[in-house]
Amino acid sequence: MNDLLISLVLILVKLGLILGVVLTMAAYLVLAERKILGRMQLRYGPNRIGPGGMLQPLCDVIKLLTKEDFVPGRADKWIFLFAPGLTALAALLSFAVVPFSPPLALFGREIPMVVCDLNIGLLYIFGLSSLAVYGVVLGGWASNSKYSLLGAMRGLAQLVSYELALGLALVPVVMSAKSFSLNAIVMAQADWPNLLRHPLAFIIFMISITAESKRTPFDMPEAENEIVAGYHTEYSGMRFGLFFVGEYINLVVIGAMTTVFFLGGWHGPFLPPVVWFILKVLFVAFLFIWARGSMPRPRYDQLMHFGWKVLIPLALLNVVVSGAISLAMNS
Amino acid sequence: MTTALFYILGIILLAATLMCITRRNPVHAVIYLVAGFFALALMFYLLGAPLVAAWEVIVYAGAIMVLFLFIIMMLGLAPQEVPEGPGWQRWLPLALLSASLMACTLLLILEDPAAGQKVGGFYLAPQALGEALFGRYAMAVEMVSFQLLFATIGAYLLGRPLPKGEDQ
Repeated sequence: MNDLLISLVLILVKLGLILGVVLTMAAYLVLAERKILGRMQLRYGPNRIGPGGMLQPLCDVIKLLTKEDFVPGRADKWIFLFAPGLTALAALLSFAVVPFSPPLALFGREIPMVVCDLNIGLLYIFGLSSLAVYGVVLGGWASNSKYSLLGAMRGLAQLVSYELALGLALVPVVMSAKSFSLNAIVMAQADWPNLLRHPLAFIIFMISITAESKRTPFDMPEAENEIVAGYHTEYSGMRFGLFFVGEYINLVVIGAMTTVFFLGGWHGPFLPPVVWFILKVLFVAFLFIWARGSMPRPRYDQLMHFGWKVLIPLALLNVVVSGAISLAMNS
Repeated sequence: MTTALFYILGIILLAATLMCITRRNPVHAVIYLVAGFFALALMFYLLGAPLVAAWEVIVYAGAIMVLFLFIIMMLGLAPQEVPEGPGWQRWLPLALLSASLMACTLLLILEDPAAGQKVGGFYLAPQALGEALFGRYAMAVEMVSFQLLFATIGAYLLGRPLPKGEDQ
């Protein structure tokens, strides 16, 4: 009984810690993105509130919370209200299976540094990312606006198509770890990271995860110069904020996924593992911000053609080749 | 604990399915069906098959239902535009067929000597399931994949660009 209680408390502590760290990181990634983009466009970015603009996220939250929470007439009210939460929730829940450090020995107990080491961890993340599609689609549909509907349909087609390439790109990773568990995948990269072992898979993964996250250059679902703001055109106040924060939580999740699947997780010399993990996550996030600052948006049909006719066949080929190589090396 | 969870999930599943088939708005129906799939996935997890649970969510909730939504949104059906279904006379043959199928299933369950026996603690690891699928049942898997291949080729044939001058 006592043991059960301790495990429960430990899980709650880990949940609280992760929630705090991820939300703070998401808030400051917004600021970092605005600052870095500003520098890339030869301006300063937000620098008025707090030292160097450090309190800007706080002000943004206050602004969003005090704005009117507007529901358009003839919108499907309940779906309209819960869709943004679904997006943010799906992004947050993915963190439950991400290992951010090796097990910690504390008071004679070995504490795994992951909330829940599911043996289907990778598939769990996939399940949640398919749940995130519903937030976009239902939000856009329930708004009862043509721009929102267009954005929702684009988002739907894009996310479903690129999920295939994403899944296929991760097959070699699972093959070399012989497990779906994220912990086992990190352990399998003790010698060298998967980035060196499966470079093609890494490239396919990065392209399709950019499309999955709906970030520039693949932000067709919310292309501002074509369809106003896409699926969240009609949202205001904190509900828009939830979509927005969901996107940045997603950026942290993507950083964590890339780190775990390809960059060797918390493995690294000299520094403590947690620091390595956070550094790698931030580096991936920076890559995404950099891409946003320097790449133009392709056309929507180009995106779909590229996904189905180039990326998916390439990913399939990669699966066959790396499967053959690992089979030859084993025998 | 497990039994309680099983019944809670069962009630959610039945309620969601019932709501799904009684909604007039197709999008609402899809949402209830997705909720049902999630309950079903958790039930598979409870029964000791985590991989099947994950597939249930990824394939059914994540891909098939999303495509349903896509079609519904493409057609742009407002709830009041959903036409009244055909009268009960039209449904009669189908209803009879389903009823006889249901009766056969019930008979089979009653006849089955293993019915009512409790299945002991059971856990299907992802690796074991994969070995079974691609070892013992490889033939069946291959046959199903061929069917999917035929469907892909059929879809390609239907969607191919027509030669110039040919009418739709």
